[in-house]
Amino acid sequence: MHVPDGFLDGPTSVATAAIAAAGIGVALWRSRGSLDDRSAPMAGMAAVFVFAAQMLNFPVGAGTSGHLLGGTLAAVLVGPWTATLCITVVLVVQALLFADGGITALGTNVTLMAVVGVWVGWALFRAVGLVLPRRTGSVPVAAAIAAFLSVPITALAFVALYAVGGQAPIPLETLTTAMLSWHALIGIGEAVITFLVVGSIVGTRPDLVRGAAGRRPADLTRREAQVPA
Amino acid sequence: MKQRISTRTVVIGGLAVALLLAAVVSYYASGSPDGLERVAENLGFAGTAGEHAAGDSPLADYGVGGIGDARLSGGLAGVIGVLVVGIVMVGLTRLLRRSNSDSTED
Repeated sequence: MHVPDGFLDGPTSVATAAIAAAGIGVALWRSRGSLDDRSAPMAGMAAVFVFAAQMLNFPVGAGTSGHLLGGTLAAVLVGPWTATLCITVVLVVQALLFADGGITALGTNVTLMAVVGVWVGWALFRAVGLVLPRRTGSVPVAAAIAAFLSVPITALAFVALYAVGGQAPIPLETLTTAMLSWHALIGIGEAVITFLVVGSIVGTRPDLVRGAAGRRPADLTRREAQVPA
Repeated sequence: MKQRISTRTVVIGGLAVALLLAAVVSYYASGSPDGLERVAENLGFAGTAGEHAAGDSPLADYGVGGIGDARLSGGLAGVIGVLVVGIVMVGLTRLLRRSNSDSTED
């Protein structure tokens, strides 16, 4: 969903650039000093993986494709502050080097994918996590559900920006329906990829997954269950 | 007790998968318009998109300028992207780590 130059008018692009700058600034501030020998390499890996996965457009039918947005995935792996920075780096490299996503639209894309995508994904992940058992096995499930929902919600955020500053007059209801229906389909792919990646790391080293903090591995839960109280 | 897999192994494994996806699997990615492009085309605002200011970049649209073979061009662009994102992240995470360091050497 990389927005090109020209979809949104100048003032809206300036406003989203300001939102993006504020989001990045706070994320830098909050991530400052939080990275250690385990989380720093994980942050690098998360960004590189999201870049690579975004090259892999998967078909969603009727000559249309989608790719991972990665906000939920990165947030679950490294926490939302660092995830904002990871997705921002990906978007900047894509815009400047690969001409993917407009340069005047960079603020819009950072706002949508690195701020809204990451934080909506993280909030949903935490909310879903509240109703699932407190085991590490719940983490990939919560991540997948959050990832699925985060894509149409990010699409709605684009609709909101378009309502404020879209260059061409498009009926909002039509735009909302079209964006939601395609991005609900793309959300399925987002959920599958997020589930597989989070699941494989939670399965090997749950302590490396930020979203698994405070959850007990299943084998530990089972072992404790066998011990009479 | 299961032997613990090192952080290095997990990270290198993840990077290897990413490199494989960007270098090789990306060739098989769908070339169809994505969700937003589809909506823009169907609703008639795709034309408001401007020329990309970096459209002349030798790496524009995930290919390496001057390389005719699509598999090689796209794969190489993927590898370059992975390296650039990785290098930027190493710099960024060092910066974030060091700024709170209580080390007396800095």
